[in-house]
Amino acid sequence: MSELNVDSTVVIVGAGQAGGEAAAELRRQGFAGRVIMLGEETQPPYKRPPLSKAYLSGAATQESLYVMQPAQLDKVKIEFRGNTKVVRIDRKDKLLELADGSTQKYDKLVIATGGRARPLPLPGADASNVFVLRTIEDVQKIKALCEPGKRVTIIGGGFIGLEGAAVLVKMGLKVTLLEGLPRVLARVTVPEVSAFFERVHREAGVDLRTGAQLAGFEGTPVNAVTLADGTRIETDFVVVGIGLIPNTELADAAGLKIDNGIVVDQYARTGDPDIYAAGDCTNHPSTFLGRNVRLESVQNAMEQGRAVARNILGKNEPYQTVPWFWSDQYDLKLQTVGISGAHDQIVLRGDPATARNFAVFYLKGGKLIAADTVSRPQEFMFAKKLVAEGAVIDPAKLADESVPMKSLATPAA
Amino acid sequence: MPKINFVLPDGSQQTIDAAVGQSIMEAATANLVKGIVADCGGGCSCATCHVYVDPEWVAKLTPADDVEQSMLEGAIDPNERSRLSCQLRMSDALDGIVVHVPAAQF
Ligand SMILES: Cc1cc2nc3c(=O)[nH]c(=O)nc-3n(C[C@H](O)[C@H](O)[C@H](O)COP(=O)(O)OP(=O)(O)OC[C@H]3O[C@@H](n4cnc5c(N)ncnc54)[C@H](O)[C@@H]3O)c2cc1C
Ligand code: FES
Repeated sequence: MSELNVDSTVVIVGAGQAGGEAAAELRRQGFAGRVIMLGEETQPPYKRPPLSKAYLSGAATQESLYVMQPAQLDKVKIEFRGNTKVVRIDRKDKLLELADGSTQKYDKLVIATGGRARPLPLPGADASNVFVLRTIEDVQKIKALCEPGKRVTIIGGGFIGLEGAAVLVKMGLKVTLLEGLPRVLARVTVPEVSAFFERVHREAGVDLRTGAQLAGFEGTPVNAVTLADGTRIETDFVVVGIGLIPNTELADAAGLKIDNGIVVDQYARTGDPDIYAAGDCTNHPSTFLGRNVRLESVQNAMEQGRAVARNILGKNEPYQTVPWFWSDQYDLKLQTVGISGAHDQIVLRGDPATARNFAVFYLKGGKLIAADTVSRPQEFMFAKKLVAEGAVIDPAKLADESVPMKSLATPAA
Repeated sequence: MPKINFVLPDGSQQTIDAAVGQSIMEAATANLVKGIVADCGGGCSCATCHVYVDPEWVAKLTPADDVEQSMLEGAIDPNERSRLSCQLRMSDALDGIVVHVPAAQF
């Protein structure tokens, strides 16, 4: 493994938030060599969360999504090249082959290739009015069709589908949301929270249908979606939000280990000592969860991006974190910490069946392991601390609104 | 261009130019100010953009709303001068504002 100096070059493949944060942290840590960031998209690293929120609604401009403006990247000597796809990694010569046939040498390589939206495996899904929602271009195409009264069918009741539904119904579109499973957010939360989001979307006017089995599309461009039970839903366009496929092909072809993502160790290193990886494309060992995990969150992209930069510079700092996530829908702020699923008890604070704010705490053997909070930022912040500490908390106190969260966070309270 | 003076935990100062309308957090991250982590990118969802506003500037700012206030209470070592810098928009009236970066973000 070579030591880095001012003549060294760190190349980052993928200019998303993980790649962008790795580049920024290299500079914050005083790295004086070259930092080159190669991205397939045309834009410099940008924040994706607003794509299904303020950018879709028109409240945020494209430039406000950029993590750093191009002039600022130049100023700190982060060489960003957009429209540049890396097609092969030559590990022996430490060389990248680019789509235009040129090559780029590296001393250390960071793979931050993220993921792409999972396409719907159905004939007609490639029609000109069926969209996914992952990039600025995707949203620009959707926005061009957003007029009050237009009918949109959203396929998938995950975070992106639900956020999109909230924005589009507010814009005056007629929104139908189809979820194949019996409830929305089924993979990430408990029935109480799913039922809450189903209720608020229906109250806002979304025609939300769970257990909806897609049969096919009619027309080119698509003018109707058909379901297995014979239902026909007329529509002007379709938005598909059914998950992500990690971009692992480049790493795979280079012989790096892949298992639901590029496998990295706790220092965000691949099996090649000169190649690191960060963000949605990685599968890392989580001390907190006691297993390997691939996360799709900004927090993970940012923290692992920083970890990569610091470890490239020899800091040897393990990437250990408690996952957290947020989602904004209507006036509601969902914030989650930890990962539910392994819990043996849930405790409600507030009533998701009637109110617009509440918290769900997940306990395992009395220990707080996760929480979902809706418009309860204080509960979220203290839960974040308590989950990190693995605190054992009296469920009765957690459920009791008259006991301030703050008092539960004080040791030995 | 209004200026922002960041006082870092080691006592050193970093002065940067901000654009009117830009948040203090955005100006900080664009200029690689250490200690302004800002993981959620201004969504008022993470509190890793926490700063202490210098006493003489506190009253010149729009007060924190409920969400910001609640997030701050759970930040590391909050006090009455604590703000989330993503919620503070720069204007000419704030030219020269002094903010202190905490030793740690959560
Ligand atoms: C609509 C939407 C809303 C979201 N909302 C939230 C939210 O509220 N909260 C939250 O925590 N997370 C949210 N997320 C998830 C979050 O945005 C992602 O987890 C995060 O952006 C991942 O960053 P990344 O850098 O790992 O990957 P990406 O953002 O996917 O970036 C990877 C980049 O690499 C490029 N690339 C890939 N292969 C190559 C190659 N061979 N050569 C060159 N470049 C390449 C890609 O084009 C892409 O630009 C949201 C995501 C979306 C799409
Ligand atoms: S940047 Fe996340 S709360 Fe300010």
